[in-house]
Amino acid sequence: MNPLTACLLVSSLLFSIGLGGALMRRSAILILIGIELMLNAANLNFIAFWRYGPHPEALTGILFVVFSIAIAAAEAAVGLALIVAVYRHAKTAEVDSLDSMKG
Amino acid sequence: MTLPFLILALVTLAGATAAMTLRKLVHCALALSVAFVGLAGLYLALGAQFVGLVQVMVYVGAVVILIVFAILLTRSDEPGLPRALRGEKRARLAGLAVAAGVFAVLAWALAAGGAEAGIAGARPEATIDAIGSALMQRFVLPFEAVGLLLTAALIGAVVIAMEEKQSPK
Repeated sequence: MNPLTACLLVSSLLFSIGLGGALMRRSAILILIGIELMLNAANLNFIAFWRYGPHPEALTGILFVVFSIAIAAAEAAVGLALIVAVYRHAKTAEVDSLDSMKG
Repeated sequence: MTLPFLILALVTLAGATAAMTLRKLVHCALALSVAFVGLAGLYLALGAQFVGLVQVMVYVGAVVILIVFAILLTRSDEPGLPRALRGEKRARLAGLAVAAGVFAVLAWALAAGGAEAGIAGARPEATIDAIGSALMQRFVLPFEAVGLLLTAALIGAVVIAMEEKQSPK
């Protein structure tokens, strides 16, 4: 197996784990963790293609990952703030229990 | 495929699996930090030192801490099984099936696509110097946009999470 394929295989496994977790768990925090794992799988793809693709001197893959990490950090901050606000309102952070729009 | 790559990949995948399957939320957060450290190791092994260190600082240092704070603030351990076992099992199986299907499609594309085109032999260099110049010259517009986005997100997060004023009714 060539190294690029190995990287892509690891990242697709990571993506599937994140997706499965986000779909199967009920806690909103764990769903957010699953989304973070999926974002990281995409980042691993960018780095792998930067390393093994043509024109690595352009640094496009690396810079895309840096921006993606910044956006993921912003997303985590806002998402967790939303979860805390919802918890304060509904006294639960389980997505199954949050089924009324005006509670 | 070398031995270090294999070990790091195993650590990452094991951490991710544990983060998604453990019962206690705090354990999940700790397993998540293991997965992020493994990913940082993978970035280092691929020659992207800057990204690896940023991964450790931002994800392990900030995002996991943020998640732990959220867990402490919400105390949302998933309750024991008996309460909502009825529709639960089917939903879990459906989620598992979707994830397995996505992985099967991706693996099939990898096997059929054949990624042997354009394998660079030499290890490319990504010095901090070059990354800084690229950020300030070619990518200066997205750089500024990310700065604006981070500011907006921080202010937004504070406003959202702020204590609601008790309005007299």
